[in-house]
This record gives sequence, structure tokens and C-alpha cells, in this order.
Amino acid sequence: MPDSLVIKNLNASIGDRPILKDFSLTVPKGEVHAIMGPNGTGKSTLSKVLAGHPDYSVQSGEAFLDGEQIIGLEPDVIARAGLFLAFQYPSEIPGVTIANFIRAAIVARQAKGAPFDAKAYYTELYAKMDALKMDRKFTARFVNEGFSGGEKKRCEILQLMMLKPKYAVLDETDSGLDIDALRIVSEGVNAMRGPDTGFLVITHYQRLLEYIVPDRVHIMWDGRIVHSGGKELALELEEKGYDWVKSDLAKA
Amino acid sequence: MADIDEDQTQREAIEIDRSKGDFKYEENYAFDAGIGLTPATIDYIAKVKGEEEWIREFRQKSLKIFQDLPMPTHWATADLENIKFGDIRYYLSKGQKPVRTWEEVPDDVKKTFERLGIPESERKFLAGVEAQFDSEAVYSRMKDELAQLGVIFCGPTEGLRDHPEIFRKWFGKVIPVGDNKFSALNSAVFSGGSFIYIPKGVKVAQPLQAYFRINAENFGQFERTLIIADEGAEVTYMEGCTAPKFETATLHSAVVELVALKGAKIQYITVQNWSANVFNLVTKRGVAEEDAEVRWIDCNIGSRLTMKYPGVVLRGKRARGEVLSIALANDGQHQDTGAKMIHAADDTTSNIIAKSISVGNGRSTYRGLVHIPKTLQNCRNNTECDALLINEHSRTDTYPAISVRGRKNSVQHEASVSKVSAEQIFYMMQRGLSEGEAMSLAVNGFVNDLVKEFPMEYSVELKRLIELQMEGSVG
Repeated sequence: MPDSLVIKNLNASIGDRPILKDFSLTVPKGEVHAIMGPNGTGKSTLSKVLAGHPDYSVQSGEAFLDGEQIIGLEPDVIARAGLFLAFQYPSEIPGVTIANFIRAAIVARQAKGAPFDAKAYYTELYAKMDALKMDRKFTARFVNEGFSGGEKKRCEILQLMMLKPKYAVLDETDSGLDIDALRIVSEGVNAMRGPDTGFLVITHYQRLLEYIVPDRVHIMWDGRIVHSGGKELALELEEKGYDWVKSDLAKA
Repeated sequence: MADIDEDQTQREAIEIDRSKGDFKYEENYAFDAGIGLTPATIDYIAKVKGEEEWIREFRQKSLKIFQDLPMPTHWATADLENIKFGDIRYYLSKGQKPVRTWEEVPDDVKKTFERLGIPESERKFLAGVEAQFDSEAVYSRMKDELAQLGVIFCGPTEGLRDHPEIFRKWFGKVIPVGDNKFSALNSAVFSGGSFIYIPKGVKVAQPLQAYFRINAENFGQFERTLIIADEGAEVTYMEGCTAPKFETATLHSAVVELVALKGAKIQYITVQNWSANVFNLVTKRGVAEEDAEVRWIDCNIGSRLTMKYPGVVLRGKRARGEVLSIALANDGQHQDTGAKMIHAADDTTSNIIAKSISVGNGRSTYRGLVHIPKTLQNCRNNTECDALLINEHSRTDTYPAISVRGRKNSVQHEASVSKVSAEQIFYMMQRGLSEGEAMSLAVNGFVNDLVKEFPMEYSVELKRLIELQMEGSVG
């Protein structure tokens, strides 16, 4: 499927511990899919494996980004191919300003030696920061250094909006956000929704999905998707709790 | 919108030819002191340069001191023993006199400096340039208006000949011949370098620049620089250094003396990018009189071994001394650098900020000396040294020697060691940066607060050099 993020029978582990077990999922471009599930079920591992994190090893299976196999590629190659990961815990990079960081990421996507339009860059950067209600002084701060939880997440979404990937994986973007920040971040994501982008939103709570309304909801348990449905599935899950997953769905 | 300007320059810098320093032209020299160091070598140099008898005697005496002093391996690295003084050529020149236009510079030498971008920088932002090729300057020019103000900018040979009354008064006074083995060696065979005098109250707005280029193999470059800023004068001097990659060791051993008289300010900037075969053993010291300021900005990239501890003797009340230093030790390299602050008057202040980066099995060493005797009061020193380790086998050592006595004197020392973490690199790579780009961004971030203190042109150059170094360091 050329216009989809396709994950097929992925088996991955960290050390000796298998985490993803025959995981399969397809996210067509233009759709927002949510993955919900209890802690420790492999949600974050999925995001790291897709992004090529060196700590995880893949035993078998494939993942295709618009038809291009990405398992086994270097993280930067996967990123430039069009996969963006909004981190649950983004790293600090002391001494590197946000403006220079995003700029370096954009330059890395350009042909070698291509000119960089700094004026257009700042115009766009400031517009997106305004949309995320970020103070312009933010550009001069060092990436994630001394940021509050909410600032970190906003900064992730700012990068997402500037880099315009084909597919974005949002890993627990709602954690650490108060309700106002949650709304702002969600608006940013919603503004990007459209035929050119696919989203995989990983969350523990239903709350985020009130703001980013998914096309499909998948429930993950023990390293695989055990149940899929429409947006109402999130509400059902909220109501019945994860025990429902454990007792009923896990057996299915 | 200051960001835009800064970023644009950064971008331009990246596009500069990355193998900039690694090339050489054919060697043909009219004057060659031969291989090895004997009293006859000294006589040859003195004769070729047409020096007065007292200089020849000074050189011969220095040679004796050099030979008598032991190699300082009781505290420094044993790698010093690998310098084969008997295999080195101590003086090489094409017999040229420094000329005032690039057109007059011989073609191959001119090409060298054009490839290094010197004439272009001169047009853009420099008040004067001196370009040294092996032992002698080939080009020397300063803006006419500075000459009219009485500014002197020439080599030490010309300084000794044309301005002995200023030169002799300070020559070898800040750094005596026997200060260390290599200052003695330099005093014996010195050739090239700069002699600068800034008259009272003259503030030179743009930097004066010297560029030191080693072209010949098995060669030793021994430039000698003396800068005197008279009362209330101000000057910024910048030196750049490169050499091509040779199979055999090359030696660079300079002596730099700065004299800042009452209320004067001297800023001395070094951005060196020696190839990995160069032993770089340099002695740098300044004297700051009352209300004067001496500031060293010292960036050491490349070389096999660099040993350099720029110092300031704070001799007058309220004098200020500063050393800002960045060292990057790549695979097989040892950057043994630091600073010395000798407080010798009341109310003097000194500041040392040293940052080092060790890559691969590179080793960086910080040695600091801060001395405030008990007879003084209201003296302050601040020392910060931060080390960044890139790989598992990277190494850093810190040897601070602080001696502070007396009342109302204070000293503050902070040191840190950090590592670039795998998670940081993964985070940056997830944004599309290659591993090398991620590393160099992390390193540039680490030195960022120091680099901001540099004049723009040099911070751009430094960023480019760091990128070059980090590029080859991953795999």
C-alpha cells in the first residue's frame, strides 16, 4: 500500500525481553489512529522501534512508509523518509537554541549545498509559534533545557509542524499537560490533519482523544493489537477500564 | 531579528571547502639552515637575517639554555621524547622580503593563502595582515591610516632593525629565555611572527591578523610575537595556523609576549587547526599594568600534542586578565592546555573559562595556575573548566593549582565533566540529522556560551572546524 504506514508481524525485543509480538497495523495517510493500552504493553516500544532506536532489536516483521521498508534503517534515514516521533520524554540539548535545532533539521532534509531561506524560515517559525501560543523569546532558549512538561510537548509539536512529516507518531503527548496546554497542542495537531499526513497517537487516557478525535482506535495488550474500532471505542474503554481488556479482549 | 544574521553566516561557513588546510606546494628554498641544530645553525640564521651581533649572542646563549634544560616529562607527557630535534630543519625561506600587495607574492605562495581565504578576509574585515610561509613573512600590510597614527605592524626582524628602542625594552622580558625548554628553543632560532606597537590612546577597531603556514616537511616553525599597547591603546590580534598532513612530525614552537600599559586593552585570538603530525609547544604570556586588560581567546583544534597555557601577570592595580579557551582532542591527539593568572597588585581580577572536548581516544588536559600572594588584597579569580567526553575511550584530566593567600582575596573554581548521551543523539537523529551532524551540534552547543564572546568571523570559523572534526569521528 503506497499511501500508508504499514506494520506487518513485527517482533521486537529489548535485551532478552520480547515486547512486540506479531504486531500488525495499517495507518492510511490522511487518517488519525489512536493506540490505547495499559502501561507496559509495548506502546512506547512500538514508537521507538519504528523510529529505529538502537536499543531495540527486531527479530522479524516489516514496516513500510509509503511502500519503503524502514526496519533496519538508521534513525536519521527513517526521519528523512518522513516519520516523525513526538517523544514522551524529549532530550535536552544544552547550548543549542530551538531556532538553530529546527533549522538544522530542515537543512538536513535539503539537497547538499541548497540555499536556505532564513527569512521564510523565521516567518513560518513565528507563525507556528503564535499558533501554539509560544513566546517568541522561546526561539533563543536551548532545546528542552529547563522546560516545563507542557513547554516540552509544545516544542515537540512545533517541530512536528515545521518538519511536516508524512507520518507522525505521538507518544503520550498528553502526559504532563494541563488542560489549556492540552487544548493548544491538540489544535496544533488538528491544524495539520489532512490528506498528506497520517497520525498514530499513543495514549493511556481517553482525555486526549476528546481533542484529537481519531478515525480509528486500537487497543494494545501484550505486544499486539487486540481490538480495533471507531472513536467510540475509546469511550467504551474509559468506561469499562483496562480490566476489561485483560479479562475479555486478551483472550480473544 | 539578530538570529537571521547569525544563521546566515553559519550557513555560508558550512559551504567552505572542507579539506581547506591539507595541501602543499613544491618546496624550493633559497635559504635552508639544513637539518639539525648546532651553533652553526644559529650563525646561519643570524647571517641570513643580517642581524646585529647582540641578537646573535642572545640566540647562542638561548641555544645553550635549551640544551641544558631537561625535557619536562616529570609532569608532561612522555610523547615529548618523540621530538627528534636532530632531524628538523630550523630555517627555510625563499629569500623573499614581505611585500605590500598580493600581486607581488610569488604564485605558489599566493595560491596557498588564497586557498586559505586570507586575502578575502583582509578585504572584508581586517585592519592589517601578515602572512608567514615557513620561516618568513611573505606579505605584510596594514591600512595606511593606522600607519599614520604611528601603529607599527611588522615582523620581529624588521622590528629589531627599525624600532630597536621599543623592541629591546620588552623583548624577552615577559617570557625570559629560560622560562621553559621551548621558550629557550624559540629564543635561539626564532624567525617570523609579529611586532606590534600601538601608540598612546590609539584604538584599532578592526583586528590585525597573522597567518602561520607550514609548508615543508620535517620543519620547525618558531615565530616570535611581541605586542605592546601603550597607555590607553586598544588592539585585537588574531592568529590562524595550518599545515598539510605529513607522515613525519613537524614542530611549531612560538613565543608570544604581550604588554598592556596603563589602561590599555589587548585581545589575542588564536584559532589553530594543525594537522595531526604537529607538535605545538607554545609559550604565551601578557603583562597588564594599572587598569589594563589582557584577554586570550585560544582555540586549539588539531595537532598531535599541544602544550599551551596562556598567562597574564596582573602587575598594576585594577588590571584584568582573562583566558577563554576551547580545546578539541580527536583520535590520537592530546590537548594539554590551560591558563596562568599571576596576581601582583591589589584589586586585580582574573577569569578563566576552559572548555575541552575529547573525541574517540583523544585526550584533553587542563592545567591551571592561579596565584594571589598574601601581601595583596581585593583580588578575585573565577575559574570554570568544563569537559565534554564523546566516546567511551575519550579522556580528560584536570590539574588546577590555586594558591590564594591574604585577606579579602577570593577565588572561585568550578569544574564539570559531561557526556553526550545516546538518547540525545537518538533524539537529534530522529529529527533527520546524521550522527556526525548530531555530534557536532551537541559540541557546538557545549561551547556556545564561550563562542558568543568571540568576534563573529572567528566564531563562524570555529563552528566550521568543529563540524569538520566531528564528521570523521563517528562510525
